[in-house]
Amino acid sequence: MISKKIILVALMSAVLAVSATSGQAADKKTKVGFVYVGPIGDFGWSHQHNVGRLAINNAFGDKIKTTYVESVPEGADAVRVITKLARSGHKLIFTTSFGYMNPTLKVAKRFPKVKFEHATGFKRSKNLATYSARFYEGRHVVGLIAGKMTKSNVIGYVASFPIPEVIRGINATFLAARSVNPKVRIKIIWVSTWFDPGKEADAAKALIAQGADIIMQHTDSPAPLQQAQKSKVWAVGQASNMVAFGPKAQLTSIMDDWNAYYIQRTKALLEGTWKSQNVWGGFKSGMVKMAPYNKAIPANVVAMAEKAKEGIFNGTVHPFAGPIKDQKGKIRVPAGQNADDGMLATMNFYVEGIDAKIPK
Amino acid sequence: MGDWLVPALLMIITASTPLVFAAVGEVVVEKSGVLNLGVEGMMIVGAISAFAVGVTTGSATLAILSGAIGGVAMALIFGFLTLNLLANQVAAGLALTIFGLGFSALLGHGFVGKTFPGLPKLEIPWISEIPFIGPLLFSHDVLVYGSVIVVVSITYVINKTRFGLLIRAVGDNHDAAHLIGYSVNKIRMACILFGGAMAGLGGAYLSLAYTPFWAEGMTSGRGWIALALVVFASWKAWRAFLGAYLFGGITIIQLHTQGFGVDIAPEFLSMLPYLTTIVVLVLISRDSSQAKLSAPACLGKSFHASD
Repeated sequence: MISKKIILVALMSAVLAVSATSGQAADKKTKVGFVYVGPIGDFGWSHQHNVGRLAINNAFGDKIKTTYVESVPEGADAVRVITKLARSGHKLIFTTSFGYMNPTLKVAKRFPKVKFEHATGFKRSKNLATYSARFYEGRHVVGLIAGKMTKSNVIGYVASFPIPEVIRGINATFLAARSVNPKVRIKIIWVSTWFDPGKEADAAKALIAQGADIIMQHTDSPAPLQQAQKSKVWAVGQASNMVAFGPKAQLTSIMDDWNAYYIQRTKALLEGTWKSQNVWGGFKSGMVKMAPYNKAIPANVVAMAEKAKEGIFNGTVHPFAGPIKDQKGKIRVPAGQNADDGMLATMNFYVEGIDAKIPK
Repeated sequence: MGDWLVPALLMIITASTPLVFAAVGEVVVEKSGVLNLGVEGMMIVGAISAFAVGVTTGSATLAILSGAIGGVAMALIFGFLTLNLLANQVAAGLALTIFGLGFSALLGHGFVGKTFPGLPKLEIPWISEIPFIGPLLFSHDVLVYGSVIVVVSITYVINKTRFGLLIRAVGDNHDAAHLIGYSVNKIRMACILFGGAMAGLGGAYLSLAYTPFWAEGMTSGRGWIALALVVFASWKAWRAFLGAYLFGGITIIQLHTQGFGVDIAPEFLSMLPYLTTIVVLVLISRDSSQAKLSAPACLGKSFHASD
């Protein structure tokens, strides 16, 4: 693809420009660096990480200086950008996309005194920690709401790529919706992209035309939500509070909130207590939050959603509590048990009742 | 079946309209012998110009106009570089795309998260309410009708008018056109600016009607598809129109088949519009003498009066 190459070249030059300027400011503040996969104006994933960076600025004021490099392609360019940050005196570097896993590991080996944190990955070392959020907890809550709010009993799901994280979200939504509405069905359309507003909107339109009256998405633009508003059906926002794009349509939104985590890790760095670790936070750690509920949701449904959220918070409710069967009827999680993190992290099957096949 | 058929057909129209604008604009540019690979860049600058003015003034007319102007401004840079400074057209076009993507992000900085109510539908009382035909043919916004008018006008101008003949002359043999006294660069500049206006309108349709908000990179490669459609259409506007609808149609149909649970890999379905376009391209260009006739002979070659 020519276009991809060109974008790459453009990004590389942008990246070099940004990192060059960040290297010059040599003062005594401790420097913390961020690498984003998208533009901070994506109103989703990278946007939320940048909100977390700003929270560090607010919390520590003069003690910390933060820098960021946006739209960094995953792969060799990432190595260059991360190296540049490490070399220019950054003491803690957050790399915020799955594809930065190997680049971060590579650079971390070369700079043993610099601390690294990689989001959504699983490779760690002495100076490389990993962190991610349990978005499926939020999917459980919206699944319950969807099960109660749907009139057509069809939930439409705009999906990106069939990776465990996305499949986990579909399963969590469906299990919760079925638990309160045995008639509910889920229709899934894969758009094979994280970000193409036009295509995402088209997928939402197709789902609505086929009877879905609730649109969920695991893609990054607010286009599906905006389409739901236009077509007068419900929708659930993604990553940030997207209510501006569908004030009537948005039931709620599953929001990523990295603020507390970023502040806590920066504090650990300053106090010298930073250690490599693996954090997978949900409601309890505040990494996953729900946007305010739509006023059109009946009080008893809100109460049910809040109760589930509290239960997950306290550990009394688990979105993947057994018995859970896959589509062939094989028991994957026995009654009385919950799916463990290993299974959740590698989930590659649909639960019983979903009338579709995972693309191979 | 009827419940989803009309929405599906409407979706095809929406998905195809931005491609129609960008592709037929580029047909005119290439007819005059200029290869402008900056369609994506002109489109996205058109998208943000239209959206910014639309949100600020609330006027759909001004917004559409600004989209076209944004595209023209970008095209002017390209025209100056390639016609006046004789820069390489491929390099200048690629640079225009890179610049457009970055510049639009800068312009759009304050418009992230804002929304636009969309373009009003021009409806005709009674007629727009006829089942099936009404919603399909008589209830679109001005840009959808505009795209059809543009295709018809371009086909007429290129084939039936004196100016069309001039465009073809500078595209096929710029030296001859120059020798008989026509200003090659003026004609080419006019075509480049027209192409910019059309790409700008295509972008404006994205940010005003298709998904009425602004997001960086929201053209998502549509400018490149438009470029491919020009070749696919063997430099004929009406074929570019058909190509855009073929591409848009297959994109939409594959989304619907997924919703119906047809068990085909979505990656394959995502590829299908491209595959179909390539296959059709191969089929229509089998006759190599015919293909040679349709490509402008001076495509991509710089012209200078002293040569």
